[in-house]
Amino acid sequence: MMRLLQAVGQNSLATVAGLGDFTAFASRAVAAMPATRKLGRRWIRAVHEQGVRCVPVVTVVGLFAGLVLGLQGYYVLARFGSAGVLGTLVSLTLTRELAPVLAALMIVGQAGSAIAAEIGIHRNTEQIDALITMGIDPIGYLITPRLLATLIVFPILTVAFTLVGLAGGYLSGSVLLGLDSGVYWSAVHSAIRPADVRECLLKAVFFGVITILICCHSGFTTHRRIGVSGSRAVSVSTTRAVVLASIATLATDYLITSFLV
Amino acid sequence: MIDASLPPILEVCGLRKIFGEQVVLASVNLAVPRGSIVSVFGRSGTGKSVFLKCLAGLLAPDAGEIRFAVGLLDGFRGRSSYLFQGNALFDSLTAFENVALPLEQTTRFGRREIAQVARDALKSLGLDKFADHFPAQMSGGMQKRLALARSLVTRPELVLFDEPTAGLDPPARSAVFEMILRYKQEFDFTAVVVTHDVPEALAASDRVALLEEGRIQFEGTPVEFAASDDCIVRSFGDNIVTLRTDLEK
Repeated sequence: MMRLLQAVGQNSLATVAGLGDFTAFASRAVAAMPATRKLGRRWIRAVHEQGVRCVPVVTVVGLFAGLVLGLQGYYVLARFGSAGVLGTLVSLTLTRELAPVLAALMIVGQAGSAIAAEIGIHRNTEQIDALITMGIDPIGYLITPRLLATLIVFPILTVAFTLVGLAGGYLSGSVLLGLDSGVYWSAVHSAIRPADVRECLLKAVFFGVITILICCHSGFTTHRRIGVSGSRAVSVSTTRAVVLASIATLATDYLITSFLV
Repeated sequence: MIDASLPPILEVCGLRKIFGEQVVLASVNLAVPRGSIVSVFGRSGTGKSVFLKCLAGLLAPDAGEIRFAVGLLDGFRGRSSYLFQGNALFDSLTAFENVALPLEQTTRFGRREIAQVARDALKSLGLDKFADHFPAQMSGGMQKRLALARSLVTRPELVLFDEPTAGLDPPARSAVFEMILRYKQEFDFTAVVVTHDVPEALAASDRVALLEEGRIQFEGTPVEFAASDDCIVRSFGDNIVTLRTDLEK
């Protein structure tokens, strides 16, 4: 019993310490913005790393999400004689929930894991120590550009996901199942309000900042992985980054939705 | 050339570093004269690299003081550099970009000036033809020279060398020490070298120190080291020379 209590206590303390460390890390990444030099070039590289490379996976997943939504939605709504509101169902589901969440998860899988691994290798090969000895703030150099890139990449990819998803819903609902295309697009047009778009973009920005910070922090603290070192520690950091960022995406989604609904 | 009239560029007093219950550095005292090459010897695991990382500010000492000629470490950062045992080159940057990085990030130089200074540094270390190569495309010796070029490009006053000859064959080890001597004359820096290579270091250093059991057990000139009757110094020197001879056979 004592051992159990001890383990719970130790884990709780470690969790609180970890949260504190993460918060300090995030604050340093923000605070480093004014002092970081040549930020523009590394910001462009970060936009490419998170954005351009993720376009294929985000659009493919967006298309299939729209196709499935159109398919499932059509048959369910047809049972109640409401197939005409398929556009409303697809557009609102995508805009308010699926697009920000799935786009974030895809970016985490593609770019977040790569970021965690790259920074983890920087840590393992003393490249981060080298930056410190050169008088360069490693957080400003490695993290800040990536953090700033999320502000543009996540909203744009989320919008792209939504548009491709709407096209997917049109393909399955109208082209394959015969719903009138005018009815579909008219429902889409009338369903989406500016507040829905704001919620979608707000979620995208929050998910971007939180997930990329988690991935960066996980890579940056690779040397603190207990019981493993070297390439194994990088592997653990990468897995940890993807798992924590995915959980954080869904938890943040719930929190934002509960505030905005 | 050591200028005896100047105060030491670096003074370490009572430096202590503990990991868990293991006392790695008990109480290290060392003065590094300006313009000198000081080599720190010691067996594996005696805390030589820990000592150097404390000097570089990568590890926080548990007790003691590290005083630089200009004040505390933060003021000194940017005027010192560190050559890592594994070189710590940025693997996704070319040789030119590796050398230009500290200039871009820590100086107010313009793009052209940075390019010129970086190219000059590469040229002075014989790497100008490899400016567009990535570190992985270069040999071990070239990587070492590239790391040295990056360390020296900001014209530091103090360079810390962590096992610069680790993993190199005997001719390459001598070449590394010759390189340190040559570029010390050219760039006029003070060097602290942590190494196992006693014969090469004795030939190249102005002063040597022996770190054993968490303390500096000997400090003096190479001649004093070679002539010392101290049993720790003797056992260390003899063991290393014997081991080296056996390995080279």
